[in-house]
Amino acid sequence: MHLHDVWFVLIAVLWTGYFFLEGFDFGIGILTKLLARDRPERRVLINTIGPVWDGNEVWLLTAGGATFAAFPEWYATLFSGFYLPLLIILLCLIVRVVAFEYRSKRSEDRWQTSWEQVIFWSSLLPSVLWGVAFANMVRGVKIDANREYVGTFWDLLNVYSILGGLVTLTLFTFHGAVFAALKTVGDIRTRARRLAFRLGITAAVLAVLFLGWTQKDSGDGTTLGALIVAVVALVAAVRMIWIGREGWSFVFSGITIAASVAMLFLALFPNVMPSSLNAAWNLTVTNASATPYTLRIMTWCAAVATPVVLIYQGWTYWVFRKRIGTQHIAEVH
Amino acid sequence: MQLSLETVDVARWQFGITTVYHFLFVPLTISLSALTAVLQTAWVRSKNEKYLRATKFWGKLFLINIAMGVATGIVQEFQFGMNWSDYSRFVGDIFGAPLAFEALIAFFFESTFIGLWIFGWDKLPQRIHLACIWIVSIGTILSAYFILAANSWMQHPVGYTYNKVTGRAELTDFWKVITQDTTLVVVFHTITAAFLTGAAFMIGISAYHLARKKHIAVMRTSLRLGLAVAVVAGLLTAISGDSLGKVMFKQQPMKMAAAEALWDGEGPAPFSIFAVGDVDKGHNKVAVEIPGILSFLADGNFSSYVPGINDINKAEQQKYGPGDYRPNIPTAYWGFRWMIGFGMTSFAVGLAGLWLTRRKLWVAEEHRTGEDEAPKLMLTRNTPFGDRFAAWYWRIALWTMVFPLLANSWGWIFTETGRQPWAVYGLLRTSDAVSPNVSTGEVFGSLIAFTLLYAVLAVVEIKLLLKYAKAGPPELTDSDRNPPTKIGGDSTDADRPMAFSY
Repeated sequence: MHLHDVWFVLIAVLWTGYFFLEGFDFGIGILTKLLARDRPERRVLINTIGPVWDGNEVWLLTAGGATFAAFPEWYATLFSGFYLPLLIILLCLIVRVVAFEYRSKRSEDRWQTSWEQVIFWSSLLPSVLWGVAFANMVRGVKIDANREYVGTFWDLLNVYSILGGLVTLTLFTFHGAVFAALKTVGDIRTRARRLAFRLGITAAVLAVLFLGWTQKDSGDGTTLGALIVAVVALVAAVRMIWIGREGWSFVFSGITIAASVAMLFLALFPNVMPSSLNAAWNLTVTNASATPYTLRIMTWCAAVATPVVLIYQGWTYWVFRKRIGTQHIAEVH
Repeated sequence: MQLSLETVDVARWQFGITTVYHFLFVPLTISLSALTAVLQTAWVRSKNEKYLRATKFWGKLFLINIAMGVATGIVQEFQFGMNWSDYSRFVGDIFGAPLAFEALIAFFFESTFIGLWIFGWDKLPQRIHLACIWIVSIGTILSAYFILAANSWMQHPVGYTYNKVTGRAELTDFWKVITQDTTLVVVFHTITAAFLTGAAFMIGISAYHLARKKHIAVMRTSLRLGLAVAVVAGLLTAISGDSLGKVMFKQQPMKMAAAEALWDGEGPAPFSIFAVGDVDKGHNKVAVEIPGILSFLADGNFSSYVPGINDINKAEQQKYGPGDYRPNIPTAYWGFRWMIGFGMTSFAVGLAGLWLTRRKLWVAEEHRTGEDEAPKLMLTRNTPFGDRFAAWYWRIALWTMVFPLLANSWGWIFTETGRQPWAVYGLLRTSDAVSPNVSTGEVFGSLIAFTLLYAVLAVVEIKLLLKYAKAGPPELTDSDRNPPTKIGGDSTDADRPMAFSY
């Protein structure tokens, strides 16, 4: 196995970590409108991710930085090509950070309502757009001989990619609802379970369509394996939330996300960004990668740092393991 | 003179605006996390409640600030790929690694432990909670280190070879990239300047309250801490700046010449105090100079020869082919002066304050003030500042908050524009670095979007800072005074509200 193959796997792992963690963050953001009935409930939801959302988002920055370092060509083509969707995602992520931090820092109703709107929309739009971006990346886009994206923004919006966007939207919202059921007490917990069940069914229908389409277009035996794991785990997650096993449901919704990301990356390999114009112009793990020397240094760093990160980030979840309800929310200060 | 805007110009404006804006928050984050950690350490060790109130007060302002730092930092990670894809292809093998390390090592530290610190007051034992803010502080410094190593490589590329087949620079010696003198000196200069920035912030807000005789115990301590840090950091900023000047003279002589608007080489070369240049004709119309000083700043010798802009331009034309290798001279010249001027003003305010507010040294017994009295500004042993002068000192001290922010911004504007026309000095021109497939309209749209959003956020942030800065330190609660002994909190009351919630 070459180092660039290792890094292909590691980048898939980083994106999996990102979608697993920020997936429920986005879901919680969306649920502030779908599930919460009033401000105390919205605050309960926001506070379930309060101590952790910032660390979760760093998975994206690490995925971005690692792509830049390990596959400079991939980084350059992807981010200059998917310009507008990425711009919208960035603008959303910026206001989302500020919204979480600033919402409670003033007591005026208008102030808090505005930031709550921001939290909802800035969670919803990236949830859709990441799916759109990944679907396009797997299916292939118009990349020319110079490795430049030569399509337009509208080329990125097609039935397949929009379906991909709906899958990430519903899957993240489902994942978030399961997380909410797992982390809250009281009335909101019961409703979170019920809503999660309905969201899970919707996500399952869309996911089967999207992953099936992916399998038909660019699948092989390994992708089929990942597809089956994803679908079985999703069904299990829905079943578990129905019978009130929130912890297990969350494990299975996590596996669904991981298996779906794995399937997309397996469908890509050995390409990283196929060209829809000419297969000779595909960006691959070989022609897009950094030098073996750089990859070796990166591998050492990742091998030492990643376990440490996982330990202390995991520890954070343990510190804040208690469920919260409206009674735990301090008065606005 | 070109009238139409090229994509590269718009992309440069976007990079400049988003980066300078981001860097308003970065130095404050670096220094306030450390200063908050110092205050919290004082609380844990002394059990004096004024330190806990100070920790909570400065910690709150720090959090308002770091939110903006984090938010505006996200763009930086992706902007290279979006607007500068040819740059990314060319340097990715070298430039990407420090960026990835920054995320993996520094960002995870910062973001995870800041969450633990914000929400951990009633969940973590005192010392573990204290360790969290220290880890955040270490994270901010590591982050600065990695990104400055990457930037230093653009100023002075080392540890690489140019590969003709792949058409890019490839890494051969990573150790050299992260330990070259440019990196080390720039890190030193940036960190010390960051502490000057945070110190001035503390001085300003403490002065505001002390002038009104409010929150005296907390603000008095904060003021003294701020003043001491301002003096030490200011001095170190000057020293590191001097080393940086010497490194720059060796590695980027054009930038040094531009900083002084020195058109033609001289030995000994003078330091320019004021100049109005005629850029097209390549000389100054007006110039006020001190002989020999530039030679000393550049080379440590009062009579060394310093090559001028015209000489270096000719030399670079011979080396790299025809073209104009001059950066924007007025920007470099004035940027350099604003940087030094604003930075050193803050240092001077700090030095004056440290003397004026001293408590015992050379102050007559009857003029000494206690813990709960506003400091009396003492000029000499028996002469206090008159009320009018004292009021002026507090006013200047308040405004000194702004000076390092301006100095930092001009420092970056100087060093980045002073490298032009190069993106990577001597290797890659800025005009060859921009994304070829992104249209001017797209970049322009994104420039407008970021600028408008950042303007709105600036208003929001400043109002919030003012609100909390004016409110002063909070009163302590029972929960503050009785930190938990167990991880996860030791309250037996299942319905107890969280000490902090969003």
